[in-house]
Amino acid sequence: MNLRALIETRLLPAILVAAIVIILPMFFPSGYYYRIGALVFIFALAVVGLNLLMGFAGQVSLGHAGFLGIGAYSVAIGPTHFGAPSWLCLFAGAILSGAVAFAVGRPILKLKGHYLAIATLGFGLLIAIVLNNEAAWTGGPDGMNVPALTLFGWRVHGSDAWYWIAGATFVGGFLLALNLMESPTGRALQAIHDSEIAARVLGIDVARKKLTVFIISAMYASVAGSFLALFNGLVTPDVAGFLGSIELVAMVVLGGMGSIFGSLVGAAVLVVLPQVLTIFQEYEQALLGLIVMIFMIFLRQGIVPSVTAALAGWRKC
Amino acid sequence: MAELLQFAFSGLTVGAIYALVALGFTLIHNASDIINFAQGEFVMLGGMTTVFMATAGIPLPLAMLIAIVVTTGVGLALHRFAIEPARGASPVALIMITIGASVFLRGVAQIVFDKRFHSLPPLFGADPIQFGGAAILPQSLVVLAGAAVIVALLWLFVERTLLGKAVIATAANRLAARLIGVDTRRIVDFSFAVSAAIGAIAGILITPIALTSYDVGTLLALKGFAAAMLGGIGSPLGAVVGGLLIGMIEALCAGYVSSSYKDAAAFLIILVVLIAMPQGLFGRVKVERV
Repeated sequence: MNLRALIETRLLPAILVAAIVIILPMFFPSGYYYRIGALVFIFALAVVGLNLLMGFAGQVSLGHAGFLGIGAYSVAIGPTHFGAPSWLCLFAGAILSGAVAFAVGRPILKLKGHYLAIATLGFGLLIAIVLNNEAAWTGGPDGMNVPALTLFGWRVHGSDAWYWIAGATFVGGFLLALNLMESPTGRALQAIHDSEIAARVLGIDVARKKLTVFIISAMYASVAGSFLALFNGLVTPDVAGFLGSIELVAMVVLGGMGSIFGSLVGAAVLVVLPQVLTIFQEYEQALLGLIVMIFMIFLRQGIVPSVTAALAGWRKC
Repeated sequence: MAELLQFAFSGLTVGAIYALVALGFTLIHNASDIINFAQGEFVMLGGMTTVFMATAGIPLPLAMLIAIVVTTGVGLALHRFAIEPARGASPVALIMITIGASVFLRGVAQIVFDKRFHSLPPLFGADPIQFGGAAILPQSLVVLAGAAVIVALLWLFVERTLLGKAVIATAANRLAARLIGVDTRRIVDFSFAVSAAIGAIAGILITPIALTSYDVGTLLALKGFAAAMLGGIGSPLGAVVGGLLIGMIEALCAGYVSSSYKDAAAFLIILVVLIAMPQGLFGRVKVERV
């Protein structure tokens, strides 16, 4: 690959996203906006991982919030019950998520279409049920407090600190995902997405590639879950629930499957929208459902791919 | 023994409702390949509309009829205004639309109705019948009979009428069905309407036992979907068997192991079955053509 392609496919998108992270706070009228911004980047990180699985490998997971839950409870249980430092628990959680994904993924990823969807859904629910019931460890349905993250003696707290940490991590995760997609593994995944049989005929180890991306996406979700728990200072089993998984899938599909940048857009829309809709009070849920439907009907490829296609068409005229 | 009988009966009752929801999933899936996550909201609408019509002073049978008609209308509207305009979208996008619809219906239900739990009077009194040491609610028998009648009617319809044959043809091969003159769009319309009606009836039947509120749909959709997949999606027999099985597993686990892990038992079994039989219990093996 020559230098120009390298700049076009990695450097420019990364600079664009980093610029968004840096410039956005200049328009923030209050600290509340830092909080929303931090949430957007945290969710976007999980969504990038899920998008690798859904948009590139073409495998649906309706249980990804389960990995969010593993990450979140790692940084809650580790420091509380074992006195381990939070940052270590974050890494341990990511490795645990990867290991769980490896163990579960091998049999599950053989399933296709809706069968894969129900299997992942069941897996996610199992994690949520365990978190709900093992009250001695997890605090049960009420959840538990999460001690703040301490890095090199600096106790991380406040929305603005988390905005920068989440933003920086997202840029890193974004670049990593872009890199992965341009690698041989990424090309293989796209081949699997287009036609599994053709990919196998080409000599791609389909099962192995699917498992790899499943593990990677689980680790993305786990790190995002840890951030979420540390940021909120509190974690409840809802983080791993069915609605959490659905929300992640909605962010992927809304932003655009297979568009890494779309992950950020999808997360932003579904984090910001409910905040805006609270002014409509009891109409909030109805409006949220309606807006998701309208987006999916009219921008069925997702926001970013649809807008890009429209712009390209407009330029041709 | 009496204990087992008691658990089995409550399992069958809940299972019959899961089976009806799963049947709704199957009907719509067969006609259009769509997994309709708003299926649980049909059940909620059936129960809630009946409750509110009845409290408004409308006689119960009429209230039930209105609830079924209203829900059927909602099912038709869902197809016409949300699914039809998105024709050709990816399966995941279509599923997202039905999830959006389910959030929307839930949101509308909490405005039109309220956020409280409601019940209906049982059709044949609340005095339990003693049977082999187990106490069985008369309404449980109503649920089982109602589910059996719906399954029988559906079977008769599919086997004995021209429209039923068109439904089978559409499920088997949509393009071929269209070539022999089946209006497949109307078949999809029809399956949304019938699914909604079945959901509404399930909601009316179960409300005297299990209560209803604006948000009962999510869990029912989950269980119904699980039942349909356990049986093997596309197979009506699989949907019924899957529903009854999940109801039984839940009841037995709640009775003998732990009630807080009853949902876990159901999903654990589904995972095991799918890993052993990737097409579900009664599903067809699909060969992908290249």
